[in-house]
Amino acid sequence: MATEKSLEITVGLFLLVGIVALMLLAFKVSGLTFSVGSRYYTVTASFANIGNLKPRAAVRIAGVKIGEVETIRLNPDNYMADVVLEIDDSADKIPVDSNASILTAGLLGENYVSFTPGFEDTFLKENDHITNTSQAMILENLIGQLVFNMNKKDKEE
Amino acid sequence: MTTWLQQLGHSGIETCQKLGRSFLFLLHVLIRPPRLFKTFPLLIRELYSVGVLSLVIIIVSGIFIGMVVSLQGHHILIKFSAEQELGQLVALSVVRELGPVVTALLFAGRAGSALTAEIGLMKTTEQLDSMEMMGVDPLWKIISPRFWAGFITMPILAVIFSAVAIGGGYVVGVDWLGVDGGSFWSNMQSAVDFRLDVVNGIIKSVVFGIVVTWIAIYQGYDTVPTAEGVSRATTRTVVYSSLAILGLDFILTATMLGGW
Repeated sequence: MATEKSLEITVGLFLLVGIVALMLLAFKVSGLTFSVGSRYYTVTASFANIGNLKPRAAVRIAGVKIGEVETIRLNPDNYMADVVLEIDDSADKIPVDSNASILTAGLLGENYVSFTPGFEDTFLKENDHITNTSQAMILENLIGQLVFNMNKKDKEE
Repeated sequence: MTTWLQQLGHSGIETCQKLGRSFLFLLHVLIRPPRLFKTFPLLIRELYSVGVLSLVIIIVSGIFIGMVVSLQGHHILIKFSAEQELGQLVALSVVRELGPVVTALLFAGRAGSALTAEIGLMKTTEQLDSMEMMGVDPLWKIISPRFWAGFITMPILAVIFSAVAIGGGYVVGVDWLGVDGGSFWSNMQSAVDFRLDVVNGIIKSVVFGIVVTWIAIYQGYDTVPTAEGVSRATTRTVVYSSLAILGLDFILTATMLGGW
């Protein structure tokens, strides 16, 4: 009977090691957080060009992450990209005239949406629409403009 | 020409028969009514021999695979001075691919071959037949606990493998090669998603567990009852399960990356 007991203890230890490893993967590796009370509201922003923005990209104010991009779709009426943003309920005081722009993290990093707060006293709420937006910077267009301007200068001289 | 055609047809029919028999065999194992209190001690014993005894090889190879991925990744990433992304590289490659696949290959070699040899020898020495004579169902007493033990063990082993491998990668990357520890973890956490990466890795290992144990117990049960038959069945177990693991891994990865 003693062997049966030690057998069960080793199997129990084995299962325990497995659970600990799963916890490590969940919390240490994938940074899973149980945010039970965390709710969010969604707002839509229309951009003329979203560059490389992808779903689940971060939404930031002053560099602090306050939410993420849910979906991106084309508005067939005005050819703008409608980006649906999920913003955390803790960031519920964003003025309605805030500017949303698409920036790039680092030189080759991922795109994210950044809010520059406005001055209104009314705040964004569920299903609001942001039209005050700046489109993503496209490197090729910038280089094109630069070359164009340089050519123009050369001709004037 | 006709003899050649006949041979082709013969081998085709035989393959289909074998596949059908192994599938019916799996169904029989699955629908066996579970008698919990009687099966549980058998299951514990099998969990010990299939799971606990495989732990050493899994942990040792996990450490070394993590270390080697970290070393190799650092060597490449430093050319782009992106070595702070090392954590992301190690964690994603281990959790998504290397963890489930290498664990399943080791599991097939360590536990699958043992299962086949054990059951095959039982059949060769007519233990299975004598059990039936005594009115004990060998499927229930021998096969079913082994199948469920493999099914339970495989994901646990894969999770342990991944955790240990990331630990090994941390030791090489941070303690030896001097990557910043904080950015190692924070880049990893921002890149690895629990649902998309960790859970998909576990789903993979569950599938591999089912396939490997199925092949092992079927090959054991289907052994030609001679010494040579047992050796052939053991070889077939390792070869078939390795091929099945690698093929299935491609299919599973393709479905998972396809927005599943």
